[in-house]
Amino acid sequence: MKQNLLALIAGLLFGLGLCVSEMASPGKVLNFLDVAGNWDPSLMLVMGGALAVTIVAFRLILKRQTPLFSADFKLPDGSNVDKRLLLGATLFGIGWGLIGYCPGPVITALGFGLTYPVFAFVAMVAGFMVHRLIFERNP
Amino acid sequence: MENFTPVSALIGGALIGLSATLLLLFNGRLAGVSGILSGIFVQPAGDRLWRLMFVVGMIASGFLYQFFGPGGFENYTDVSLPVLLVGAFLVGFGTRMGGGCTSGHGVCGIGRISPRSITATFVFMGAGLVTVYVMRHVLGVAQ
Repeated sequence: MKQNLLALIAGLLFGLGLCVSEMASPGKVLNFLDVAGNWDPSLMLVMGGALAVTIVAFRLILKRQTPLFSADFKLPDGSNVDKRLLLGATLFGIGWGLIGYCPGPVITALGFGLTYPVFAFVAMVAGFMVHRLIFERNP
Repeated sequence: MENFTPVSALIGGALIGLSATLLLLFNGRLAGVSGILSGIFVQPAGDRLWRLMFVVGMIASGFLYQFFGPGGFENYTDVSLPVLLVGAFLVGFGTRMGGGCTSGHGVCGIGRISPRSITATFVFMGAGLVTVYVMRHVLGVAQ
């Protein structure tokens, strides 16, 4: 119960951050990626602002044995760079460069009452599902 | 550079960082949005509700900001519908294959100084830059 409420609050803050920074605007994102055109470097500062918080806070938090509301930290073991990581990140980057939406903004934009985010959401979830069908089938 | 908005970008980014910090400190989870969302469909029943709550919070923020706050977000029709569908499919497929997106790798993974995430972030940023360059300056497609 506490964990679900905390997740709701974290989701609200995350979505607010995407709105305030205009990361939820695909045109803004595409102008950020357009270094050869009318470049808008703003979104570099979104990641900078977020990292300024997480790099410091995560160090302190991960010194703890356990989180406050649950038994353990669930973290991926993040060492090996493999082909799947490189190919997946490339495909994601191509999609991002085509539409200006990454997953967070697609979700928050569902609240805007517009049609495009709904289409993007459905196609993105279809991408999750096709990946699962091909690569995550249980024996 | 007339569209440069450094202050709102930094404030928005800090809010995203705060969200990721709370989720890790209290729940022990990383705020990787593609993993949280896809997990609603694939994780066991007991691991679904918090994910749904996070997603509901994200959508609620969008709704509140658009209709009760400054708002101003419009349909981005410069991208054609077929391109939107193909691009979003690649975003979904690619983030699962690569194990994360802008938040999971970019904000949380780099926040943990993970070599995997630092690599992934450079790769998807690079692919995004090249894609926009090809679309706008080679093919001349409006977007």
